[in-house]
Amino acid sequence: MMLHTVNKSPFEKDSLKSCLRLSKEKSSILMIEDGVYGAIRGASTERSVAEAAKTRSIYALGPDLKARGIDLEKLVDGITVVDYDGFVKLAVESSKVQSWM
Amino acid sequence: MKFAVLVNEGPYTHQASDSAYHFTRSALSQGHEVMRVFFYHDGVNNGTRLTTPPQDDRNITNRWSALAGEYDLDLVVCVAAAQRRGIVDADEQKRNKKDANNIADGFRISGLGQLIEAGIQADRLVSFGD
Repeated sequence: MMLHTVNKSPFEKDSLKSCLRLSKEKSSILMIEDGVYGAIRGASTERSVAEAAKTRSIYALGPDLKARGIDLEKLVDGITVVDYDGFVKLAVESSKVQSWM
Repeated sequence: MKFAVLVNEGPYTHQASDSAYHFTRSALSQGHEVMRVFFYHDGVNNGTRLTTPPQDDRNITNRWSALAGEYDLDLVVCVAAAQRRGIVDADEQKRNKKDANNIADGFRISGLGQLIEAGIQADRLVSFGD
């Protein structure tokens, strides 16, 4: 199954929206760079992300959350935080890597 | 596993070059092979040795050069994108009759075929950029 990365804020571009719409069930989605803003609980994106998390594995890159002062306790339920080693491991476990920019 | 990495964005723009660097370093430290890092579009600006960021900031180009030295990484700059942006090595300097070159250690200038080859030969191609 594919790994999708999203590196743009959902409040700037529709990359996350497109990724959630077009990715298959059981695929993995990793939010990196400004994409991690999509992981915040209470944001307008919460419902769609939480819904996607029921059928997909959703991750956010820890160093990018930290760089933006996003509290790890305030993420949408079902999101797993990984570091760069985890990013590489996800790429290894997946059949392909698709970057949504 | 064999990785290839694509960088489409210049240094100090958003974060693509930093993300690509940390991903590459992590892959190498886990024992994976990174067969090539290809710099395309504004990404070619990562390959100039003439940058002088403030001393308390990271030097993105030197960091790539150091990683290339440590792991024998193949850092390839797209020639057409480089010509447009003034990234020049000794051969290009001679060919285009320029008065200087600026390619950084560990980088080389080559064609887009190198990206296609990397995409075919690598198990995973991971893209960073805009």
